[in-house]
Amino acid sequence: MPAIPLTKAPQPSQTKPEQIRNFCIIAHIDHGKSTLADRMLGITEVVELRNMRAQYLDRMDIERERGITIKSQAVRLPWRSGIDGQEYILNMIDTPGHVDFTYEVSRSLAACEGAVLLVDCAQGIEAQTLANLYLAMENNLTIIPVLNKIDLPAAQPEKFAEELAKLIGCQPEDCLRVSGKTGAGVTELLDQIVKQIPAPVGDPLAPTRALIFDSVYDTYRGVVTYVRVKDGHLSTRDQIQMFSTGVRHEMLEVGVISPEPMVSKGLGVGEVGYVITGVKDVRQSRVGDTITTYNNPTKVALSGYKDPRPMVFSGLFPLDGADFPLLREALDKLQLNDAALVYEPESSAALGFGFRCGFLGLLHMEIVRERLERESNLSLISTAPNVVYSVTTGDGKLLTVTNPSEYPDGKIEKVEEPIVRATVLAPSEFIGTIMELCQERRGILMGMDYLSEDRVEIRYTLPLAEIVFDFFDQLKSRTRGYASLDYEPIGEAEGDLVKVDILLQGEKVDAFSAIVHKDKAYAYGTMMTGKLRELIPRQQFEIPIQAAIGGRIIARESIRAIRKDVLAKCYGGDISRKRKLLEKQKEGKKRMKMVGRVEVPQEAFVAALTTDADIDKAKAKAKERE
Amino acid sequence: MSSLAFYVHIPYCVRRCGYCDFNTYTPGELSIDLNFRDVSRSYIDLLLQEINFARQISTAEKVPTIFFGGGTPTLMEPVDLGRVVSAIGEKFDLLPNAEVTTEANPDTVTQEKLAALRTAGINRISFGMQSATPHVLDTLDRTHNPENVLKATQWAREAGFDEISVDLIYGTPGESISDWQRSIDTALSLPITHISAYALIVESGTKLGAQVKRGDIVMPDDDETADKYLLADEKFEAAGFRWYELSNWSKPGSESRHNLAYWNGDNWWGAGPGAHSHIDGRRFWNVKHPTAYAQKMANGGDPKHEEEFLTDSQKASEEIMLKIRLADGLAFDSLTPIQIDTLEGFKSQGHLILQSWSEKRAVLTRSGRLIADRIVREILL
Repeated sequence: MPAIPLTKAPQPSQTKPEQIRNFCIIAHIDHGKSTLADRMLGITEVVELRNMRAQYLDRMDIERERGITIKSQAVRLPWRSGIDGQEYILNMIDTPGHVDFTYEVSRSLAACEGAVLLVDCAQGIEAQTLANLYLAMENNLTIIPVLNKIDLPAAQPEKFAEELAKLIGCQPEDCLRVSGKTGAGVTELLDQIVKQIPAPVGDPLAPTRALIFDSVYDTYRGVVTYVRVKDGHLSTRDQIQMFSTGVRHEMLEVGVISPEPMVSKGLGVGEVGYVITGVKDVRQSRVGDTITTYNNPTKVALSGYKDPRPMVFSGLFPLDGADFPLLREALDKLQLNDAALVYEPESSAALGFGFRCGFLGLLHMEIVRERLERESNLSLISTAPNVVYSVTTGDGKLLTVTNPSEYPDGKIEKVEEPIVRATVLAPSEFIGTIMELCQERRGILMGMDYLSEDRVEIRYTLPLAEIVFDFFDQLKSRTRGYASLDYEPIGEAEGDLVKVDILLQGEKVDAFSAIVHKDKAYAYGTMMTGKLRELIPRQQFEIPIQAAIGGRIIARESIRAIRKDVLAKCYGGDISRKRKLLEKQKEGKKRMKMVGRVEVPQEAFVAALTTDADIDKAKAKAKERE
Repeated sequence: MSSLAFYVHIPYCVRRCGYCDFNTYTPGELSIDLNFRDVSRSYIDLLLQEINFARQISTAEKVPTIFFGGGTPTLMEPVDLGRVVSAIGEKFDLLPNAEVTTEANPDTVTQEKLAALRTAGINRISFGMQSATPHVLDTLDRTHNPENVLKATQWAREAGFDEISVDLIYGTPGESISDWQRSIDTALSLPITHISAYALIVESGTKLGAQVKRGDIVMPDDDETADKYLLADEKFEAAGFRWYELSNWSKPGSESRHNLAYWNGDNWWGAGPGAHSHIDGRRFWNVKHPTAYAQKMANGGDPKHEEEFLTDSQKASEEIMLKIRLADGLAFDSLTPIQIDTLEGFKSQGHLILQSWSEKRAVLTRSGRLIADRIVREILL
C-alpha cells in the first residue's frame, strides 16, 4: 500500500529534506485541478472516504461556486513510493489560477521545487496557464507535464501532448495521462513527483529564513501565515521577526495542514506549514516577506518580495446612503484577509458617500464586490473602472490620478498610462478577429507563434485602460469563448488622453467623467449623453446634457421640458387608486438623486455606468438563481 | 342634516370597447339574453335592496343628485331606472331641483326612449360621443355613426332635457390635430350645455393596452396631446363653455353637480357591483362581479367588498389632489406654509393664476392644468 497512516509517517520538524517533495499544480480554471487534488487526498488517505467532499481544499463559498481558487493552501501528504518503496512527504501547494493574482502565484512557485503542469486534454493549454508555466520555468522548477480528463470522449491526448512537449522541451510520451475523475494515473503521478522533483536544499544551522507564500485571516485564530522554511528551523519557542518591517511577534502555534490543521513542534528545512502569531491583519504578515527569528536574525532576505500594487480603481457606493457605515465595516473586515485591497473614502455629488477602491485587476474587483454584497448584504453601485495615470501639469508638477475627478483642469504637459503585455491563445481561425479587436484598443502587435498546427499565441502590448473596460468580454464573444487572455504590466507610456466630463444642465456629474483616448472621446461623449437622454425622465424645464473636454463641448443632447403630466379622469372610484399611487411615488422619490435642480433616478446612474456585458452577466446570474 | 349623492352603476354593455376597463359585462360574458329585458327587472330589484340598505347605514336625508353610469344605463328599461329614482325619493328627501343624470349611447336611443327617461324622472343626459372621426372611433372600437350624435342630442332637447352633455376623447392613436379640431367643432355645433374631454388613458388589461404593449399601436407623443388640450380649452371657452374641472367645461350654471360632489369631498353612495362610496372619511366599495353582487344581496344585503378609513393626512392629501383640479382651486387654508412655498414656485413659472393667488387661492392656468399631477406630487411628497 503506497499510503502511510498519518501517525506512522515522518513527523513535522523531524522530516529529513531528502524525504520531502514540494510541488504545485499549474492549471487553468476548469482543467480539473481541484478534482485532481481531491483524488490525491483520497489516494494518500489523508482524508477518509466518508469525509470527502468535492473541492475539499476550497474554503470559501465563492471559490466553490465559481470553480476557482482565490487563496492558496498547502497540504502535507505522506506517500510511500511505488518505485523505491521509501517513505516521503509531499507538500502540495495550491496556487491561485487567475492573472490578477500573478504575484501570489509567483510566491507559491517560489516555495516549490517542482510543478505539475495540468492541461485538459480536450481543450489544450490556456494563456494564463502558459504565463504561469513561464513563471515556473523562470523559477527553475521541474515541470511534470500531465494531461487530465483522459476519460472524456473529446480527449485528444496525442495532439496536446505534442503541444506540451513543444512548450517545455520534452518528448510527447513524457506527458503523463490521468483522470482526476476516475483516478486513473494518479498513483503513477504521485510516484513521478517523488522521482522527478528534487528534494529541497537548505542549511539547517543557518539563521532561519522562511518564505511567506500565503496569509489568511481566520475569525477565531487571527492571521494564519503559510510558510516554506528555506534555512534553519521554526519552533513554537521562537520569537519571530518579519524581515520587511522588523516587527517582532510571539509564535503561538506552528503546524501543518494534512489537510486539517495539525499542531507540531516546529518546521525544519524544506518543510511547509503554518504559523499563528496573534496578528489580526494580513498586511502585517505579507506574502513574499521573509520570516526569521528574533534571537538569530538573517541578514539576507529571500528574494522577490514586493508590495502588491493596485492596478484598477473603481468607486463603490451603497445604493442606500444610510449603508455607508456598513460598507466601511465590510471593507475593513475584508481587508483583514486581502492585503492587496486598498480604499479611501470618496464623496460624489451624484452618488453620495462611498469608497475609492484599488484592485489588482478586474477579477479581484469583481470578487471584492461580490463578497461585500454577499457577506454584508449590501447593494452597491460601482463606477466604471479606471487605471492609474501619471499626469504632468503645465507647471511641471507630477500627479498620480486614480480617479477622473482628480484629473487637473489646467494645461497638461503629458499623461502616462500603464501598459501591459497581453498574450492571447486561440484557434488560428480567430487571428483576424483578435487582431482587429487589439487594433481597436490601441494595441501594438509584438509577435505571433503557432503552438500547434491550429493554435496560435498572439502577443500585443496594450494600454491597461483598454483591457479594464470590456476587452475580455469582447474577446470571448468574438472568438466564441475559445480565446484565453493573460497580461502583465510592463510599465507606463505616454498617451494622447483627455478627460471627458458629462454635464447635466451645466453641472458636472462626477460619476460619469472618464479619462479616454482622444480618438474615443467623441464616441464616449455621444454614447453617454444618448444613454442619459433615454434614462432621465422629462422634467419641468429643458435639461441640456453635454459632453465636454475642458471647456469644449463635444456632444450634446437635450431632454425637453415636460408639458403634460396629468391623468384626465378622476371620479369616485379613481380617488383611492390615485391617492395610493401618490403614496407609492413617495417611496420612489427617496431614490432620486438631485444633480443641481435635476432629479435623476438611481436606476439611471446604475444603467448609465453599466456595460452591456454587465447586464448580460446580471441576467445570467438571475437565471441561475431561479 | 348632511346630504348624500347617489351613483347607480349599470354593469352591462352590448359589447366592450377596446380602451375600456370599467366594471362592465357583455351578454356573452354573462351568458344572458341580448335584449336585457329580464336582466333589467331583476338587476334593478337588487339595486332597490341596496338603496334600502343605504337608508339603514346613512344618517343623511337630502339627496341632491343621482347619476346612472355604466356600463350602458340605457340598456335598462326606462321604467326600471324610474323605479330607482322613486325608491330614492321614498327613502330619502330627493330635492325638488335634484340633478338626475344618465349616461347614454347615442346609437341606441330613440325618441320614445328619451321621452320615457324624462318621465322616469331623469333630467340630465350625457352622451358618449368620443369623436367625430370614423377612423378614431374605429380605433376606440366604438360602433356608432358620428351623425347619430346630432340626432340624439336634438331628440333629447325635444324630449325636454335642458341639460345635455357629451363626452369626448382625444389623444387616440392615429388622431391628427385636424381630426380633433373636427370633433371639437362638431360638439360645439350640438344643442348641449356641457362637455367632458378626456385624454385617452391606456389601461393594462384592455385590448388597446395589449395592442400598445405588443407595439401594434403607437401612442401619440404627450406634447401633441398637450396641444390638443390647449386647443380644446381655447375653443370651448370661446364658445361660452367655462372650464370648472380639468376635463370638464359647461355653460354657466350647467356644471355637473354630481361630479362636483366627488371633487368637493361630499358624501355619496355608489350602488351596484364595484361601485365606490364615501361617507365622512370612510371609503368602501362593493364586490365587483354582478353574480357576486347578487349573492351578497341575497345573503343579507351588504354588498361591501372592502373599506378604508382615511387618516387626517390622507384626507388632506385627497383634498389637495382633487381641488387643485377645480376652477375654484385650492384655498390656502387647506395648505401648510411649506406647501404654499412650493406652489409659489409654480406661480412664478406661470402655472397658477395671479389674480386668484392674491385672493389666497391656488388656481391652475392652462399650462398648470397640464401638469396638475406633477404639482400635486411636488406639494405632497
